[in-house]
Amino acid sequence: MTEHERRARAEQRERFDFAVIANWLSPGERVLDLGCGDGRLLRYLNETRDVTGYGVEIDHGSVLGCIRNGVDVIQMDIECGLLGFEDRSFDHVVISQALQTMRATERILTEMLRVADEAVVSFPNFAYRANRVAIAAGHMPVSEDLPYDWFDTPNVRFFTIVDFEGLCARLEIEIRERLAFDEAGQEVADDPNLNGSLAFYRLGRKS
Amino acid sequence: MSPENSVGLVVPRRMQFDTPLILKSGAQLPGFELVFETYGTLNEARSNAVLVCHALAGSHHVAGRYADDPENIGWWDNLVGPGKPLDTRKFFVVGVNNLGGCYGSTGPLSIRPETGKRYGADFPLVTVADWVAAQARLADRLGVDTWAAVVGGSLGGMQALEWSLQFPDRIRHAIVIASAPKLSAQNIAFNEVARQAIISDPDFHGGYYAEHGVVPTRGLRLARMVGHITYLSDSQMADKFGRQLRHGEHKFSYDVDFEIESYLRYQGNKFAAFFDANTYLMMTKALDYFDPAYDYGGHLASALARAKARFFVASFSTDWRFAPARSREIVFALLQNRLRVVYAEIDCDAGHDSFLLDDQHYHALLRAYLGNIAV
Repeated sequence: MTEHERRARAEQRERFDFAVIANWLSPGERVLDLGCGDGRLLRYLNETRDVTGYGVEIDHGSVLGCIRNGVDVIQMDIECGLLGFEDRSFDHVVISQALQTMRATERILTEMLRVADEAVVSFPNFAYRANRVAIAAGHMPVSEDLPYDWFDTPNVRFFTIVDFEGLCARLEIEIRERLAFDEAGQEVADDPNLNGSLAFYRLGRKS
Repeated sequence: MSPENSVGLVVPRRMQFDTPLILKSGAQLPGFELVFETYGTLNEARSNAVLVCHALAGSHHVAGRYADDPENIGWWDNLVGPGKPLDTRKFFVVGVNNLGGCYGSTGPLSIRPETGKRYGADFPLVTVADWVAAQARLADRLGVDTWAAVVGGSLGGMQALEWSLQFPDRIRHAIVIASAPKLSAQNIAFNEVARQAIISDPDFHGGYYAEHGVVPTRGLRLARMVGHITYLSDSQMADKFGRQLRHGEHKFSYDVDFEIESYLRYQGNKFAAFFDANTYLMMTKALDYFDPAYDYGGHLASALARAKARFFVASFSTDWRFAPARSREIVFALLQNRLRVVYAEIDCDAGHDSFLLDDQHYHALLRAYLGNIAV
């Protein structure tokens, strides 16, 4: 694959991820995007769904990227939670492929459902078949959704669909919807923990 | 400074205002004069005007240099100019010396019409709100209905915030850098030390030193020294001076032993040679009194409910005078009002004074934000 093809494929993949999230939001919503990177998702949501809101990001370069993209960003470390954000002040809190880069997993999930009634989470499934094959062959997996070598990955938490749902149960978080996709972007119905490379969740509080 | 992106030679202008101004304190100024500079051109739609507000010791001389004093370069020249982050090819930039200042606007050094003598200590205390009211009159006369942005660092940032509250419809973007929604007890304490240094100088004469033909130089020098400590970070001072000795050995005297002592004395002397003591006292009081939440039971979000502007708020990691947490207070009060805000916490070693430096990332942020402002 040439660099151009790789980039085109990554962009296609990204638009597809964004569309999954956009489908779960109502037009005109107020959204908080945690670990928002350069604000591309928020810009997409604003352009396609008239969504407003803020990104939260710790990385200096990404904050600059947000400003260039015209996205409102708050630079802060969310490992300590969402201190300062009021209860139920957003329609959705989104964390798109960033939960695995943060240590305070439980606190972040709990805080997301304090600040909004519903949360959207996506993450790479470590138990995906290709990842299992890599481990069986004695290597840490490098794949479409886990594209980093073990020595320079930003990821600090490695978990599976089954693990994540176990944590949700323990935290009394209700799973309202789950979607899993393989590396080709095909939706997976059968044994998602084996066949799903990327998982998306719509979460709420158990009432 | 590369000359090709300097605004070049500039000339300050004066504007006289004859309608009395009732101040926050209840006192009244029958009229006043403001000295100001402009860079760039006001466009036909009058939509590209940016006001730059100065901090404690700043002035209207924001950018460029004077023909008769080429060493006197504007205090934010690294930010303002053609091709610079605050680009004068796009914006019409206005710098103004605030009321009560000592760079030419009406202040304690001005002659009081009733007496024919300098105001001295009789110049009334002016507040951030009063400054903004006076700046609004200047805007009227310049034909600026709405500022594209009001920009300021430290005390200047407070003016940008105040603009968004006093004239919500006359400011589209508030750019608030290294600032705070009010001073802490520690901030006020440092100001009080500075004031007492001036007031207790035997040459102060209750503020009427001009009539005695003297200046409370020792007090001003001390005030600036204590202030300067709060502008720098511990780590930067350690890097710059550490425990370096002036004479290579301990002298066992009260003369300059350590380089940091020499630096502070130099800064104090430089400042005391030109800054007016009454203006300094008044500026520190304006800082102390600034507290938009005061009339709202201390609830900042309620105070900001009037605001309509979009905000860019930035703080610096090593600023302990107005630490990042102080900027976050503003940010979260804006969020509670669902106002649009960008907040950046910049890694910079230079403490509070970072806002005056041309740190690459800091200027890139400002360039990006200002670049997106429609005119």
